[in-house]
Amino acid sequence: MNMPVILWTDALVFLLVAVVLAFALYTRRQPHLRAPWRHVLGSRLASASSVVLLAYVVIGLLDSLHYRVALENASDSTEVHYAVEVLSALDYLLGPLRTRTEKTYSAPFATHLYTRETVRQADGSQIREYPRLAWGGRHLNDPEADFSHDILVRTATAGLQAVLLCGLILVLLGVWLARRSQRTVGRAIGNILAQRTRTPLLIIWMTLCVLVLLFFLALNLATAYHVFGTDKVGQDVFYQTLKSIRTGLVIGTLTTLVMLPFAILMGILAGYARGWIDDLIQYLYTTLNSIPGVLLIAAAILMLQVYVTNHPENFETALERADIRLLFLCIILGITSWTGLCRLLRGESLKLRESEYIKAAVSLGVSHFKVISKHILPNVMHIVVITVVLDFSGLVLAEAVLSYVGVGVDPTMNSWGNMINSARLEMAREPVVWWSLLSAFLFMFTLVLAANLFSDAVRDAFDPRLRQR
Amino acid sequence: MFAYIVRRVAYAIPILIGVNLLTFYLFFVVNSPDDMARLHLGVKRVTPESIEKWKAERGYDKPLLYNAAVSGPPRLTNTIFFEKTVKLFGFDFGHSDDGRDISHDIQQRMTPSLAIAIPILLVGLLINITFAMLMAFFRGTYVDVSGVVLCVILMSISAMFYIIGGQVLLGKLLRLMPISGYDTGLDAIKFLVLPVVIGAISGIGAGSRMYRSFFLEEANKDFVRTARAKGLNESLVLFRHVLKNAMIPIVTGVVVVLPTLFMGSLLLESFFAIPGLGSYTIDAINRQDFAIVRAMVFLGSVLYILGLILVDIAYTMVDPRVRLS
Repeated sequence: MNMPVILWTDALVFLLVAVVLAFALYTRRQPHLRAPWRHVLGSRLASASSVVLLAYVVIGLLDSLHYRVALENASDSTEVHYAVEVLSALDYLLGPLRTRTEKTYSAPFATHLYTRETVRQADGSQIREYPRLAWGGRHLNDPEADFSHDILVRTATAGLQAVLLCGLILVLLGVWLARRSQRTVGRAIGNILAQRTRTPLLIIWMTLCVLVLLFFLALNLATAYHVFGTDKVGQDVFYQTLKSIRTGLVIGTLTTLVMLPFAILMGILAGYARGWIDDLIQYLYTTLNSIPGVLLIAAAILMLQVYVTNHPENFETALERADIRLLFLCIILGITSWTGLCRLLRGESLKLRESEYIKAAVSLGVSHFKVISKHILPNVMHIVVITVVLDFSGLVLAEAVLSYVGVGVDPTMNSWGNMINSARLEMAREPVVWWSLLSAFLFMFTLVLAANLFSDAVRDAFDPRLRQR
Repeated sequence: MFAYIVRRVAYAIPILIGVNLLTFYLFFVVNSPDDMARLHLGVKRVTPESIEKWKAERGYDKPLLYNAAVSGPPRLTNTIFFEKTVKLFGFDFGHSDDGRDISHDIQQRMTPSLAIAIPILLVGLLINITFAMLMAFFRGTYVDVSGVVLCVILMSISAMFYIIGGQVLLGKLLRLMPISGYDTGLDAIKFLVLPVVIGAISGIGAGSRMYRSFFLEEANKDFVRTARAKGLNESLVLFRHVLKNAMIPIVTGVVVVLPTLFMGSLLLESFFAIPGLGSYTIDAINRQDFAIVRAMVFLGSVLYILGLILVDIAYTMVDPRVRLS
């Protein structure tokens, strides 16, 4: 039996998922909340990017189900030992990618190593050559002759599989739409293709098609080659980027989750209570804000490092150590970033406080707690939603910078920041090793771009000032 | 006006005290100097004597807040709190953990920091305003839409990619300029071109989009409509009425960051090996030099608060409607 491991960030990630689901269920039943989200999904760019974001989230969630493998028991004792390595469901699915390591650098789709090695011939003489890879293109008998044919066959297979699945998805969408609108399936599919649906289902379907195609390409090619090459110790770069997704998502989302309660409570309290409470809270956030963010993070991470070095007994595995650092990073990033939201909420509550319905509620004897929770909180929620979504991409980008400065996530953890950081030295090599940087760039750029497009739509839909225009 | 500034400066003092208390708490209470010594000396071979020696050399062997061993005022002054924290208010940064004079280092490194920060700010402003004006002029057309899309794409690229990409493309492949390094005097210029170009380009996305929204906000106002109704042509309206009024948020946005320019750019300086304050900070973080980090935290917050005061003053200058009270 494998032992499930729940890391701190895993627990929080699933808490976050629960919160989001609860919020979604609540929103479904409130027409005034549903309208802006409808508006968001009505935008073509936003619906396409939400599909992309969803794909990232699925990978991230798979990577959050951790377990430790039970070791084969050599003796007859009943005690079970577990491997030191903590794996995730994603590791299980990507098993071959994780274990098929080469000796050192190899280019994408390479069948030979990137560096020459001295190889001893059968007759005892030595020659310098590029040795064959242990795994990349192993099934090819003669790489030079078979390579392009093999790639072609695999790409064609992937294309065929993708076409089949996309067709299936389209039919399913049609069936779903037909059942909702009481039309025939044919008419429904026709409506989708002609873009006559309220949510741009055609765009969503097309984005899905691209994702499905990429998935099958990866399935067919990555199992036989290193599609993004291998890094210095011969690990598959594609595997590293996929693992980095979780780190990026955790930083982008948990940070906001951590800071949200403080920001909401403090912001509303400052605006509603005014007087010395307002002064105190303003003082608090001006002080925190005036410390340069990177330095505060650096100071806190240095402190954590000191703690971890001095208390090794609290952390059983390397991953747990890395995880506590990730969590701590989220907390400290949250501390440096809650001030903006807090200020916005303070301003809004100051305004709301003077509005007539709140004055009416107060004069009718409604308690302060009720006024805040029933009248103010729902009326500032749009600011919270906008800020949360807008902050996400900035935090994902910040992770890379922080890792470079040396105060980001643990150096052993897979993250885009760490990949870029090591790629910096690789770019100075001759010949250049460019694939680590490229794959980190592609995956990070896609995530951040999708998040930016999505957040733009959210802002447009939720900001009443913008909607009037 | 003068009374207002005095009041603002006075208001800054409790904030600086708060900053200092926070850093003091983080550096000396959450973690004792013993922990720092152990981290510096390595965990394995640490004897109590070597820890004491390390602390004594750097002045960390004193009591935290109250020194009972001596009499008179030194009871309060001969402590870590006074030596390491209170003295910061006199801009006495003391010595780094490896014995260098921090104030001297900061003075020396300020010039290279400014030498790249100021050109980046100016070039960036010029590009962003031009680009944003272009988008605002063609608002609603495909020029505007594709401009915004380009901005979002540029925004989505991490600054690290700009730097590495620029170094490889312009420095390594095209060999237009040296990849990194720095020189004194006018020779520094050839080393500064690349970081300035990259710094300006990496800011285009976010900057132009923000300025565009400033322009559009002004362009929708009544006085602009009046100007058009008077029969002024569109470019005159844009330059005379829209640009002038949109300069208010732009100028205040620039003024608020002016003092922090001294802190330098962390990424650019360390990637291009420019001996400014940004790379100083990064080196200190990597060497885990707590004394420098503390000094930079203090300096950073002083400059931030200075920026806030300056922006208030700038408001009255660019916008005659605003009166300070």
